Amino acid sequence: MFESLSDRLQNIIRTTSGQSKLTDENMQEAFREIRRAFLEADVSLKVVKSFIANVREKAEGQEVLKSISPSQQLVKIVNDEMVQILGGENKPINLFGKPAMVMMLGLQGSGKTTSAAKLAIKLRKDGKNPLLVACDVYRPAAITQLQTLGKQTGIEVYSKDGLTNVVQIVEEAVQYAYNNGFDVLIIDTAGRLQIDTQMMAELLLIDRTFKPSEKLLVIDSMIGQEAVNVAQMFDEQLNITGMVLTKLDGDSRGGAALSVVYSTQKPIKFIGVGEKIDALDVFYPERMTQRILGMGDIVSLVEKAQENFDEKQAKELEKKMRKKEFTLEDFLSLQKQIKMLGSFGQILNMLPIPGIDKSTKDLIANQGEKQMHKIEACIRSMTPNERRKPEIINISRKQRIAKGSGIAPEEVSAFLKQFEMMRQMMQGMSKMTANMKKNPIATRNMMRNMYRQHSSKKRRR
Amino acid sequence: MFHFFKKILKPKEEDKEKNIPENLSSEFIEKKLYQEEHNKSQIDQDEIPNGEIFADIQTNEFDTNYAQESNLEETIEKTGQNLVENFLNLFKNNEKIDDDILDEMEETLIKADLGVETSAFIIDNLRKNKNLLTKENLRDFLKKQFLEILELAPSSILNLKNGLNIFLITGVNGAGKTTLIGKLAYNFKNIGKKVLIAAADTFRAAAEEQLDIWSKRAGADIVRNDGADPASVVFDAIKRAQMDQYDILLIDTAGRVQNKFNLMEELKKIKRVIDKEAAGNLSESMLVIDATTGQNALKQAEVFAECVDLTSVALTKLDGTSKGAIIVAIAKELKIPVKLVGVGEKLEDLREFSSKEFIEALF
Repeated sequence: MFESLSDRLQNIIRTTSGQSKLTDENMQEAFREIRRAFLEADVSLKVVKSFIANVREKAEGQEVLKSISPSQQLVKIVNDEMVQILGGENKPINLFGKPAMVMMLGLQGSGKTTSAAKLAIKLRKDGKNPLLVACDVYRPAAITQLQTLGKQTGIEVYSKDGLTNVVQIVEEAVQYAYNNGFDVLIIDTAGRLQIDTQMMAELLLIDRTFKPSEKLLVIDSMIGQEAVNVAQMFDEQLNITGMVLTKLDGDSRGGAALSVVYSTQKPIKFIGVGEKIDALDVFYPERMTQRILGMGDIVSLVEKAQENFDEKQAKELEKKMRKKEFTLEDFLSLQKQIKMLGSFGQILNMLPIPGIDKSTKDLIANQGEKQMHKIEACIRSMTPNERRKPEIINISRKQRIAKGSGIAPEEVSAFLKQFEMMRQMMQGMSKMTANMKKNPIATRNMMRNMYRQHSSKKRRR
Repeated sequence: MFHFFKKILKPKEEDKEKNIPENLSSEFIEKKLYQEEHNKSQIDQDEIPNGEIFADIQTNEFDTNYAQESNLEETIEKTGQNLVENFLNLFKNNEKIDDDILDEMEETLIKADLGVETSAFIIDNLRKNKNLLTKENLRDFLKKQFLEILELAPSSILNLKNGLNIFLITGVNGAGKTTLIGKLAYNFKNIGKKVLIAAADTFRAAAEEQLDIWSKRAGADIVRNDGADPASVVFDAIKRAQMDQYDILLIDTAGRVQNKFNLMEELKKIKRVIDKEAAGNLSESMLVIDATTGQNALKQAEVFAECVDLTSVALTKLDGTSKGAIIVAIAKELKIPVKLVGVGEKLEDLREFSSKEFIEALF
């Protein structure tokens, strides 16, 4: 169901014309497919229609019809257009006023309180001194929730128990911030429906009285077709300054992002990407575009890898591999590094693998995860000596390891065999790369021969 | 519109005869809460300079009689109008039903979050019967289509039996699980049941406190062990429910997005504890879905069903502008019925779901 758009378009163009050319007939179908992809990703219909009209005009203007790979060309136009709408580059948060004020608002359960705390941490990292202000006076324990988050993160929370006049709470908070050297106020408000005029009046009152420099609408990335109405009505009434898109650690395609930006012309400033308290990212239009179109997110993966991999350690590992000194201990630490990138499923989902749909990916991820757990348990049940020299593991040791890790002795043997094979392969590979570096001419000749063989085979066919 | 919860769950004769001590009866607590909040609101009004706006908010917020039923009717009229008007507009110029009209109708269904596939399925059926359709019978035809799909899922009536009834409430973050549990507790309490709540959301900040407040409002008891393993909280709660002969045990779980392997495993563990310690007592394994959710709701239902054997769905926040039609896709693909509907933030804002009325409201 969730193949990437470019795969789908390619199929259409091939099946309808027999060759990779875009014709008037399959153009129609290609756009129908784009529409479908957007709707499945929860982009609002209104937005889909006007977006497609735009793209269509561009596609015709750029003579996609004559280009060599029309489907790719078409995807590129869609992609570029989306990136442009979603905001080209990231828009920073505006903090003016003394103290500056950021108001969080949105529907019930969209993630305002959590985002407020995450934002506070982000601002503190940037050298600010934020104060959280608890203004959700309606939902039970909302204030306690913010206080608990405050305790977890060491950020002060201003609250007034039993007071339901939010304007008064903010007023006192401003005074408190002024006296105690806080330079940013983050105001957590109660969740409300955009059609609830009385509740909206409360926000309006805060807005008129204090003129916050940021009014951030918090939107759940799982929201469906109503996204446009919700964002538009909040914007009309309060003139929001930006949005926070939450729960992007889920597997929704997040088409809402396009809907809300398109309909309000306001930028998404942050995204919520996890349950951890620092899981708030700046928004990257390119990545969001790829997610909506189902094209994976390699950029994020590479970045994460760079963040987490230690270059020195990697070089050491390479050396060990070459000298066949690679031990089970190294294997364990390598596994740990992979884990730091995220769960198996997260990594897999960031990779665009054509032909594999989401549920297969999840299945592979689950099995991979289980296998990794087993291997880890197995290695952890070995003595340091065994880890360094797996050769010494005899039957009785094997049985002990099996008992300790709770897996079958046959599985222990199988793993050890695999490991030995891997070690040999690694050695071979690193030898080969080392040779290539040493002797570039020989390598070039080798490559040339390979190429010739390959192309002569082709000709024979 | 929808039946009141208490109307359907008619109290048995024995329940009525049960003596509820005065200080525990829900009416008493309700009255007291009302008084408290009322007093509070009056004090606050005095303090507010721009009191007029707030006076309005507060009288409505705390008036317990406020919009018990009109709330949902209003909602549904609003939802209904959209769809009906759209359909009627289609006929202004041309009387015959052609492909253009069907296309536009498909869009109307998509706008209600029905999903591309289910919408196409319904429209294809219409297309097959295009010659039979007229302006008059179109609406009935659509209603029949919807009803047939919704009836693919089992009945919408809550499974209740004698002895302990366990409700396992699950869902993604912010769907409205805790609020739903508060409302459920209140409604069961109202018909004289003995209700225990298990606070198994030990992860989110102040989730237990939130539940604590709801349980007090509803007059139900609660088992809490902050920061403990959720499965152990469930274990303790089951033991207590069995020992003290509770009728209802409501289990609140932490919100989780369904693609997190470990969190879903944690949920499976909770389910295993229930199956082991109270086999046969799990009356409902209920997924809470926010009515504003788009196509991801289907995926949620699929994965949660696999994990905890869902028996029903509760659709929350239907007092907003969303139509929540994704439940039709869920009924079609996964055969899971909606049983409860949340329509507001107050204890009484819970309705039993009826397919007929839901459809009646849509068109």
